[in-house]
Amino acid sequence: MTRITIGPFNRVEGDLEVRLDIESGRVRRAEVTAPLYRGFEQILEGRPPLDALALAPRICGICSVSQSVAAAAALRDAMAIEAAPNGLLATSIAHAAENAADHLTHFYIFFMPDFAREAYAAHDWHAATHERFAATRGSAARDALPARARLLETMGIIAGKWPHSLAFQPGGTTRAIDLGERVRLLSIATAFRSFLERIVFADALENVLAITTADELDRWRDGRGGDFAHFLRLADSLALSGLGRGTGLMMSYGAYHGTDGELFPRGLFGPRAAIEPLPLAQITEDVSHAWMRDSSADPAHSSTIPDPDKPAAYSWCKAPRLSGQPIEVGAIARQTVAGQALIADLVSASGTNVRNRVIARLIETARIALAMEQWTRALRLSEPFCTNSCDIPDGSYVGLVEAARGSLGHWMAVRGGRIARYQIIAPTTWNFSPRDSFDVGGPLEQALVGTDVGDAGARAVAIQHIVRSFDPCMVCTAH
Amino acid sequence: MSRSDAMTNVLWLQGASCGGCTMSILESGASGWFDELRQFGVNLLWHPSVSEETGEEAVEILQSVLDGKVRLDLLLLEGSVARGPSDTGRFNMLAGTNRSVYRWMLDLAPHAGYVIAIGSCAAYGGVPAAGSNPTDAVGLQFEGSDSGGALGAAFRSRLGLPVINVAGCAPHPGWMMETILALTTKDIAASDLDGYGRPKFVANHLAHHGCSRNEFYEFKASAETMSERGCLMEHLGCKATQAVGDCNQRSWNGGGSCTKGGYACIACTSPGFEGAQNFLETAKLAGIPVGLPTDMPKAWFVALAALSKSATPRRVRLNATADHVVVPPGRTTTKTKP
Ligand code: SF4
Ligand code: SF4
Repeated sequence: MTRITIGPFNRVEGDLEVRLDIESGRVRRAEVTAPLYRGFEQILEGRPPLDALALAPRICGICSVSQSVAAAAALRDAMAIEAAPNGLLATSIAHAAENAADHLTHFYIFFMPDFAREAYAAHDWHAATHERFAATRGSAARDALPARARLLETMGIIAGKWPHSLAFQPGGTTRAIDLGERVRLLSIATAFRSFLERIVFADALENVLAITTADELDRWRDGRGGDFAHFLRLADSLALSGLGRGTGLMMSYGAYHGTDGELFPRGLFGPRAAIEPLPLAQITEDVSHAWMRDSSADPAHSSTIPDPDKPAAYSWCKAPRLSGQPIEVGAIARQTVAGQALIADLVSASGTNVRNRVIARLIETARIALAMEQWTRALRLSEPFCTNSCDIPDGSYVGLVEAARGSLGHWMAVRGGRIARYQIIAPTTWNFSPRDSFDVGGPLEQALVGTDVGDAGARAVAIQHIVRSFDPCMVCTAH
Repeated sequence: MSRSDAMTNVLWLQGASCGGCTMSILESGASGWFDELRQFGVNLLWHPSVSEETGEEAVEILQSVLDGKVRLDLLLLEGSVARGPSDTGRFNMLAGTNRSVYRWMLDLAPHAGYVIAIGSCAAYGGVPAAGSNPTDAVGLQFEGSDSGGALGAAFRSRLGLPVINVAGCAPHPGWMMETILALTTKDIAASDLDGYGRPKFVANHLAHHGCSRNEFYEFKASAETMSERGCLMEHLGCKATQAVGDCNQRSWNGGGSCTKGGYACIACTSPGFEGAQNFLETAKLAGIPVGLPTDMPKAWFVALAALSKSATPRRVRLNATADHVVVPPGRTTTKTKP
């Protein structure tokens, strides 16, 4: 058996190290390390609660709106106020823009360049894939980056700037949108739809979302242009549906909250492969393999105190568990829990895997592109966008949202007008968790086991695909 | 290596960062950032978020710089330098190298033509240095507003400059790109940097200049709660009269800025901004904001504020505490004298 260390694992957000034990060309055991700790939870303790709105988003530059929205949700829980309906809509529009930008960045900048690598030079699709997707040089980046920048102009209107905005408040958003701005938001959403329809799907979004089964998807794909179909052909050629299988358990906290519920519902895709209510009280964090001191397992009562010399530890990431189980989160979990027909069909056939994760992300992008148009039209321009904040009594509060990469929770305890505790479990904390005290690995660790690396060892491209298929955000992971 | 000989070789590393500076600079360039870099002859030796080379291939690139095989023109660090625990840098290891980013920076910096701190973290420590600063985070050449930092006050890059601090959290993509491009032609001299190492083309402005709320400021017509249109300085924490940056003179994300977005400037371009508390509330002493415009005597400010408040037009006064324009500008009239 040989042990290899892979790092720096780039084209992910932040820093990641993966260690693999290889036996007869297959991964026997994987250890995933988050090698960066900044200490946000410690930094937040002792501060006035509203300071979380300035500091918490700075956990992450790629999902700062998600972090803002989680902090604002926890503060709203604490203030026991209702946000202005316009504020919720504006938040959803901005949040959708960030999440869609994340999905684009993942697909074009982080994930696809691996198929342009020399390792695939023998395939008949390689030349075209290299021309299109080679890192920093492929033609796709020239399409995707300007489209991303245009989409993020949503932030200039709603949030002032991105990343790191203070526009997302417990009571709503900090500026009212006027008619001219609504039209600008619509024109951005329309431009985004047109980018998706021309470049990504080569079809109308409605047609893409009408595909409900794997067979229909195969028929739709044949002979089609666009980058999604390009990916589907690669996925077939490389059997990506057999790569990087997840644990089978998935959850979503529910996404894009409005006054009458959310666009994507909350739920658990449980051991019976059915959608069940999410037992939120069953969330715990295990620190047996984290460089962290023992503390309560319940995030509402735990602390985060580094213990850099702890034996058996190998990551700054704690191991979150739901009812004792590791859980996969992300677009595939959200769309499965939401019952999106195509994703449900793919998951029932082959579970979560490299191909299905990517498909789920792009299908979700199409769905939120349409939702952005609807939310923008639904704004009632003469009504308020923000209700007033009020004082926060002592107590424990929680804000749960879905970031692009999955379920994000902020647990905050307030005593005497100050933050007594602040605990964050980010999506990649779930997906890239280390082992727990039962020696059960996190979702990525499990997904890597069994992977055929042949003679390539640390250079095996399959490992790159599996890791990136989760779209990890390592800066969020240990924060 | 012939291609990279003619081009400007840039190495971008990430320390204790959130990745936001990279996310911001990816918005640069009409045909995308990569195209823009190529147009200006910039060769990205390696960037952790965007380059193809991963694992050993990436480490080989860093090593070839240390070995002097590849000329390093610009070394960029995004994120603070986590020196802890106990000066080992173990809070931030460069994956796959068994070596901290702190150590890598100490080794690489002497090879670089110029060293650029991307963002307030790399410049001064930034948010990871807030509060108890559990990781002993500092900037490359500053620790808050004290010079020193990871590389030390005496550090000069190969071409003789201290670390150039493109402060901001996150910085405007233009600040980063303009600095990088000006350095490709060696157009920045020590005299082009301010006392905190910031390029003067950014730091010679205040974030307050060009704010869409300037008319409210003139009359001290102030917003009282979130989402109102008035000036944010008196009650809602705006520090833009003390913070450097041309934030309100150029557009963020196609037309925004912090104050246009309806919230205070928190002075993210200033060393130590993260140490403030109650960011969206104005600290006051005897009813007078503590942080007054840097170059204005307090007595003058108080006198002028009283005077301008007494002269506030009705339109400005009413709009200041409304979230929509409630009194539009009056119709212009061509009538001259009665
Ligand atoms: S809101 Fe801030 S930047 Fe705008 S005018 Fe007032 S003090 Fe100046
Ligand atoms: S306005 Fe202030 S907080 Fe906003 S980017 Fe400029 S300096 Fe930073």
